[in-house]
Amino acid sequence: MNLKSRHLLGIAGLTPEEITLILDTAEAFAQIATREIKRVPTLRGKTVINFFVEPSTRTRSSFEVAEKRLSADSLNFAASASSLVKGETLLDTARNLEAMAPDFIVIRHSQPGAPHFLARHCRSAIVNAGDGAHEHPTQALLDAFTIRQHKKRLEGLKVAIVGDILHSRVARSNVLLLQTMGAEVTLCAPPTLMPRDVESLDLRTTYHMDEAMEGTDVVMMLRIQMERMQSGFFPSLREYAQLYGLDARRMGLAASDAIVMHPGPINRGIEIMGDVADGAASVILEQVSNGVSVRMAVLYLLAGGGDEDAA
Amino acid sequence: MPAPARPRRVQIMDATAVDRALSRIAHEILEKNKTAPALVGIRSRGVPLARRLAAKLETLEGKAVAVGALDINLYRDDLSRVGDHPVLRRTEIPFEVDDAVLVLVDDVLFTGRTIRAALDGVMDLGRPRMIQLAVLVDRGHRELPIRADYVGKNVPTAMDQQVEVLLQETDEGGDGVVVVGGGGA
Repeated sequence: MNLKSRHLLGIAGLTPEEITLILDTAEAFAQIATREIKRVPTLRGKTVINFFVEPSTRTRSSFEVAEKRLSADSLNFAASASSLVKGETLLDTARNLEAMAPDFIVIRHSQPGAPHFLARHCRSAIVNAGDGAHEHPTQALLDAFTIRQHKKRLEGLKVAIVGDILHSRVARSNVLLLQTMGAEVTLCAPPTLMPRDVESLDLRTTYHMDEAMEGTDVVMMLRIQMERMQSGFFPSLREYAQLYGLDARRMGLAASDAIVMHPGPINRGIEIMGDVADGAASVILEQVSNGVSVRMAVLYLLAGGGDEDAA
Repeated sequence: MPAPARPRRVQIMDATAVDRALSRIAHEILEKNKTAPALVGIRSRGVPLARRLAAKLETLEGKAVAVGALDINLYRDDLSRVGDHPVLRRTEIPFEVDDAVLVLVDDVLFTGRTIRAALDGVMDLGRPRMIQLAVLVDRGHRELPIRADYVGKNVPTAMDQQVEVLLQETDEGGDGVVVVGGGGA
């Protein structure tokens, strides 16, 4: 069995079977991290370009570790050092990258759709590592992997996603994935940070965090993006922390075995209090470890053909 | 080349023959090693064979024998040639590989490339003192300098034939070994 597309552009378009295949494959890769020799020769001779036009430390490091553990040759092409600041168009940059004959291009870009654009113009397999406020598929997959490790299933689980839904590609990819897999999603945000067309999605929304927390199995906190704080989406960080911060009292409203997730980097004392972030219910660091396994699985599966080879 | 409508199927081992071959291999393993080594089955059909061998060794020895399962897909040399990547399964080796004597177990020994991959896979888990190889069927046509220490049955085959090992654990019906296809005779 294989993925239908030779690119991973988003969760949109993946079937439940494909998602399950990726998660099952990641299971096999997870054990490699526990070994003395954390490297397999699977992608030997393959070249991966990590094309990061938007700053990223953890996603890029995670992809790099995944690539190295699969024995691929990887190189980083960062925005600040690149010709993009000198005015080269995305297409020209992409053609230059292609001239180096990579097998994969992992792209992070501030413009939604940039990976799709590359997929139309490049021969390499494209992996979306986050495009603007659109999608961040590998994050949603590693979140699902982490949930499945703890809950043994996704179907029927109650998942609350709390925070800046409006600007969050993590939220969007997670909603798509969780709904595809049959989880019950509740979105919670201040009215200014809730997307206007949210009614078109078949899910529960609330402006009150206590309502979102009631009996939830999983709570996913989103980062308040300090860089957007000038725009006046809410009066003050202090008020946000009081209304939408995850503290021990609110954790008490969730199911007794609920887990706490956060895509990082966390703002302690704003969206999540230190004692919860470090508490027994927190799986935030497991998410980071699982990110490597899931990204290895994605690269492995994408290397296995695609459209043309479909029988 | 027009393929025959129905390829010829010739059974070369039945359930009894499979069981007797495994019993003999179990004795040979003990004869050679004095004490029972750990067994590592190569996924997928090597795993049930390794379990059966372990059960026989346990009866003979009167003590538990460690069994592991190895997925060699990440170590294959033809991954860039096959369109569909095989579904990965977990490698489960629940014992220390360092300084251990291991017996790799597989169903059919053919080109030797699977065993090459398995050797690399095991070496990445540690440094065993010795690795031996047990197969139910050796069908010849080696492409690498690899041989088995224990062989259930040597079966001379043509390149265009297939050898199917059927096991209760993984296949419909009972145990058996069937040679499929081939133009001659």
